[in-house]
Amino acid sequence: MAANEQLAMLVQPDRVHRAVYTDPAIFELEMERLFGRAWLVLGHESQVRKVGDYFTTRMAREPVVVVRQDDGQVAALVNRCAHRGSMVCAEGRGNVERFVCPYHGWSYDRAGELKAAPFSSGYAPGKLAELRLHAVPRVRVYRGFIFASLAPRGESLEEFLGPAKASFDDLVDRAPGGELEVAGGVFKHTYQGNWKLMIENHLDGAHPAYVHASSVAVARNAPEPGKPGEEHYYDIAVRQMRQNGAPESVWEGTGIWATPRGHGYMGDYHDDDRLVAGLGNPVFDEYRARLAAEVGEKRADQILRVTLWNTIVYPNCSFMSQFRQLRIIHPLAVDRSVVYTYSLRMPKAPERMFRDTVAFANVVNGTGSWVLTDDLEVYERIQRALGSGAMEWLYIGRGHGRDVEEGGVRRGATGTSEVFIRAQMRAWLDYMTRDA
Amino acid sequence: MTPEQFLYHEARLLDTQRFEEWLALFTEDATYWVPLERGQKDPYETSSIIHDDRTLLELRVKQMRHPRAHARVPLARTVHQVTNVMVLGEHPEEKAGEVHVASALQVLEFRNERERHYGALVEHRLRKSGDTFRIAHKRVDLVNSEGELDGIAVIL
Repeated sequence: MAANEQLAMLVQPDRVHRAVYTDPAIFELEMERLFGRAWLVLGHESQVRKVGDYFTTRMAREPVVVVRQDDGQVAALVNRCAHRGSMVCAEGRGNVERFVCPYHGWSYDRAGELKAAPFSSGYAPGKLAELRLHAVPRVRVYRGFIFASLAPRGESLEEFLGPAKASFDDLVDRAPGGELEVAGGVFKHTYQGNWKLMIENHLDGAHPAYVHASSVAVARNAPEPGKPGEEHYYDIAVRQMRQNGAPESVWEGTGIWATPRGHGYMGDYHDDDRLVAGLGNPVFDEYRARLAAEVGEKRADQILRVTLWNTIVYPNCSFMSQFRQLRIIHPLAVDRSVVYTYSLRMPKAPERMFRDTVAFANVVNGTGSWVLTDDLEVYERIQRALGSGAMEWLYIGRGHGRDVEEGGVRRGATGTSEVFIRAQMRAWLDYMTRDA
Repeated sequence: MTPEQFLYHEARLLDTQRFEEWLALFTEDATYWVPLERGQKDPYETSSIIHDDRTLLELRVKQMRHPRAHARVPLARTVHQVTNVMVLGEHPEEKAGEVHVASALQVLEFRNERERHYGALVEHRLRKSGDTFRIAHKRVDLVNSEGELDGIAVIL
């Protein structure tokens, strides 16, 4: 197992060793020390509205079931029978009173307590009372989003989120009544590459013009999107793809910030008022009115003036405020990852805004999208090439030395600064080398 | 041409990478739909793996030919196997002259030393056009549409 000094050698201020992406031993250590310690985003409360509602997910190596308990709290239980280790709950979602193991019929309540075990006379008195489904020790909900940590002790969720909390506030505040719900289906896309490749991509303003060159080009030659009242189904897709071809000055002028825990967020690079609610397109008037009815005109203006695009919650989540996309990454192996992509609906906003969200999700996160498939292709090409020992280092030096400290947050000197990757790698090294 | 022969013709165009000719099979008001969820009724309130109207379908074909369409350069080689073709009759919602056809589809894809397999139930709404047909609607329900999938860069 790699000693801390060796790990420290892999991460330098402006470069990262390829082993961080390719070494299976380091991946195992990440599962233990990074995904086993950090707060991970598991989902949203709307996925478990009623007592007994559950959904299955993963935390590092653990299969986990998230369930609404009898007392109304959300719990996360390791989905593994205390007897012989079978998953007690099939993959998916639903509502249960008891989790019953398919192997020998052991049954557990929603809190994970063992309630019944057939042939119980075969056990010493009191033995069965010691057994239960392992409860993930720390689960918290922040503004509807469910977080959990496999570590019994560690920093609080507040400390972990730090300044990135504001991104969640923005996401939720934009919804009239502060209401959001997961809706519209889940894309689950896999790629043959390390999990970091996605997390390092979502704030990268230097890639769209190149990775997405083909979709930008065809969108530019597409029929003009319709004026208000004469819109076409394809408008959202075409508009978004065109924006990916924004000129260099736009990308350089976009804000990019990173926090000490490796989180990061970027400002909005869009100038298309049909894609940004705060820019005054009449399509959003009704939405703005409903927001103002809840919080007043002044506050509604404040909320809509914030124009964030993607936020990364390191290490497992990326979300996008304007079209309410939530992406959770599950590392499967050093070179294999799967990303679950959810859309969030604002139940109190005009219906068409969710239709726009769905159209947006299809073009950006859809498994058959021309945008996403090019991202995945590049992740896979990176993974393949990092197998080469001809060059040992990846270079993360764009903007290095020019980062600006802004009250506990580090801002890139320009919008394409790799400040967020440098912050991620510092956080990575901290998780990987600290004692607990 | 029988509906069955027409479906084979469509598959052949895709497997020989004659995408522009394939596109020309679709009517101006056509839709091409690969739903995300089993039994999905609606493409507007639930996401889709692909939901293209004729405009997006045209752009999709153009994108495939773009020299920097990274996931499609080189283009995958494919075999579309169409079986279990059944004419279900006239489509209830549509005007006369449309034929509703069900089929089963298996696609084998090869690109960059990787093979991928797809299986799907397919429905076509075919509009008679002279002695052949044009596609007014095509729906492809992948058996694993709700599963964990690699990016899909081929046309199903």
